[in-house]
Amino acid sequence: MSSGLYNTHKIDFDTTLDLTKLKPYGDTMNDGKVQTSFTLPVKDDERGEEAARQIAKKMGLEEPNVAWHMPLDKEFTFYVVYGSCVHTINYEDIHVITVESDVMSMEETNEYIREHIGRKVVMVGASTGTDAHTVGIDAIMNRKGFAGHYGLERYEMIEAYNLGSQVPNEDFIKKALELKADVLLVSQTVTQKDVHIQNLTNLIELLEAEGLRDKFVVCCGGPRITHELAKELGYDAGFGAGKYADDVASFAVTEMVKRGMGK
Amino acid sequence: MQSKLNLNGELVDRARQSAANIAKDTQDFIDQHTTVTVERAVCRLLGIDGVNEMDVPMPNVVVDHLMANSILPVGAAWYIGNAMVETGLDPQGVAEAIDRGELDMSKLPAHSDADIRAAINPVVEKTITRINENVRNRNEYLSCFGDKEGPYLYIIVATGNIYEDITQAKAAAKQGADIIAVIRTTGQSLLDYVPYGATTEGFGGTYATQENFRLMRAALDEVGEEQHRYIRLCNYCSGLCMPEIAAMGALERLDVMLNDALYGILFRDINMQRTIVDQYFSRVINGYAGVIINTGEDNYLTTDDAIVAAHTVLASQFINEAFAREAGMREEQMGLGHAFEMDPSVEDTFLLELAQAQMAREIFPNAPLKYMPPTKFMTGNIFRGHIQDALFNMVTILTGQKLHLLGMLTEAIHTPFMSDRALSIENAQYIFRTMKDLGDELTYKEGGIIQTRANEVLTKAADLLVEIEKLGLFTTIEKGIFADVKRPKDGGKGLAGVVVKDDKYFNPFIEAMKGRVAE
Repeated sequence: MSSGLYNTHKIDFDTTLDLTKLKPYGDTMNDGKVQTSFTLPVKDDERGEEAARQIAKKMGLEEPNVAWHMPLDKEFTFYVVYGSCVHTINYEDIHVITVESDVMSMEETNEYIREHIGRKVVMVGASTGTDAHTVGIDAIMNRKGFAGHYGLERYEMIEAYNLGSQVPNEDFIKKALELKADVLLVSQTVTQKDVHIQNLTNLIELLEAEGLRDKFVVCCGGPRITHELAKELGYDAGFGAGKYADDVASFAVTEMVKRGMGK
Repeated sequence: MQSKLNLNGELVDRARQSAANIAKDTQDFIDQHTTVTVERAVCRLLGIDGVNEMDVPMPNVVVDHLMANSILPVGAAWYIGNAMVETGLDPQGVAEAIDRGELDMSKLPAHSDADIRAAINPVVEKTITRINENVRNRNEYLSCFGDKEGPYLYIIVATGNIYEDITQAKAAAKQGADIIAVIRTTGQSLLDYVPYGATTEGFGGTYATQENFRLMRAALDEVGEEQHRYIRLCNYCSGLCMPEIAAMGALERLDVMLNDALYGILFRDINMQRTIVDQYFSRVINGYAGVIINTGEDNYLTTDDAIVAAHTVLASQFINEAFAREAGMREEQMGLGHAFEMDPSVEDTFLLELAQAQMAREIFPNAPLKYMPPTKFMTGNIFRGHIQDALFNMVTILTGQKLHLLGMLTEAIHTPFMSDRALSIENAQYIFRTMKDLGDELTYKEGGIIQTRANEVLTKAADLLVEIEKLGLFTTIEKGIFADVKRPKDGGKGLAGVVVKDDKYFNPFIEAMKGRVAE
């Protein structure tokens, strides 16, 4: 660290943490430091740099520092900008809905099913609509699982069916009825232009139209899915990044029992 | 370890012998001189601490008094001991009496050396006991938690505020950092005193004070106990107060110290006679306190071209090793420095970096080498920077570097954010885990680029050392052979603080510490 341009600004802001005025943290409380990087469709010169600075200011960044700029083409330039965010939010006012179930291990889930349901639970999963990505549904369902969490296929008391990708909602429901599914798992990875929201809404509408909604515990998952969004769309639960098979299984089986789908 | 580089062993021996001769030649000069900071370090080790009404540190009060009366050549220990015999006061009491103007050391009758020794020895013993206890505590932690195998992840904090530094350091330790260095505020190396107390205002770093050392040590012990790891603390034993910082570090159980024999001369324009004398006592103290020193060869490569000047790094490592040996330090404490600083736009530079890192490993097999990350060619493009750091991480794990100073993707932008460090630690851990034993699997092609490079650098370093041996170290520095920086023998800062020792001079701490390690 012998050549860095060190921060020699005198600190002239209040450095006490106030959760009603929460700000990003770099290395000092309330410094507001954030990094952003973007491309502007202009050439790489001083004027472009100033444009990047002004964009950053409009984003609410004080004293923006264009740390890097690099031409991508004659009229495209990439910028890395640091600055201090002027905005604050009231953390005390934030209330988030999360999946409320104690996460059980695979063995505990199996035991729970034996005790409260008394038969194997059928779970059917797919990446539905036009989405061709199976990484999400595979991580939840495949035997070996993901990041040290075994998949649903390994659960002794779960019969798991992974229908793969690009499964139309109509086919998904048909297959679920055929397999006598208890739980439906829908994975959505592609989120461009909110295609996932349209597709997820469509599935619930179809289920309701056919009077099938109550027959299944229906969950969705994907990197951009939150529990709150899932509830809004009419799902029983939503699982975002960092959730694994044990989170999904624990929720699904306890929800079944709660809804009287058990013994 | 089997050589992967086919290094010419005879050439290594010759280079080491040249460096030993250079250090020995300079050691004669060192033995004849003392400096104001050496004597202030003696005061500190005798328990003199605090500041007077004008905020002057008490060790400065005493040494300024000795200097003003032209009696510094006899040494602080002799005069403090003499005053203790005369007045019955302890060293702190003597210092306070001087400050009040009640005691003029030059006017006191001279007592016998034996009486002076008898007065001062118990105080020396007390300090040695405290340092022994510190070392024992460190060893207990290490035997209880075990020491880290593989590279130590070394990060810096630099907020300027010791309390914010502690927040940052604790977070970094929890993320996996093994060594926390508190970078010093801009300009501290040129202060001819050590500031006092806890500090919250620094620019680009935080003042090195004994209280700041103590606060950070306590915080790291706390987080270490939680994490079941020993977290090492590092500071900067350089500038105009090298031995005083070493003394403070020994008293507060620092584990690692930047401590180069030549750095201050070349990069801070500190007078060469001053630094050479200062580095000696600082290394005696660091050696005794079990501190791993870091040398600053990486800096040569930020001022000079890393491809062209590689041999000056190796030559300086040999010289630093020789000086550390003269100060009685064990090889296991010699964190000789080098760096990954080649221009990424040049072909095959990764091979050259690999060659040099492996070469340093083989030439200094017992030294915990300190390897510094890319800084010179870090641009602000944080995405490329993160990859440059990844390549640097690979060299470390392939060649067994020990003190691995983590590169930051935001190098050249700002002092690291908490998140910068976390990303950097994650990067290093990923590479160290997945390539742990790759180095053992690799051999290098006979006569290939890597072997050839290492032998070329070694040959040039050995030749340079022969040249320095002929010229002497002082003349070499005057001619600008290191880092392309020229420093005159009588130029630079701090020369006024160098004096020739009197026959009566003694330094009880060199006698007690040199060539030993506390247990």
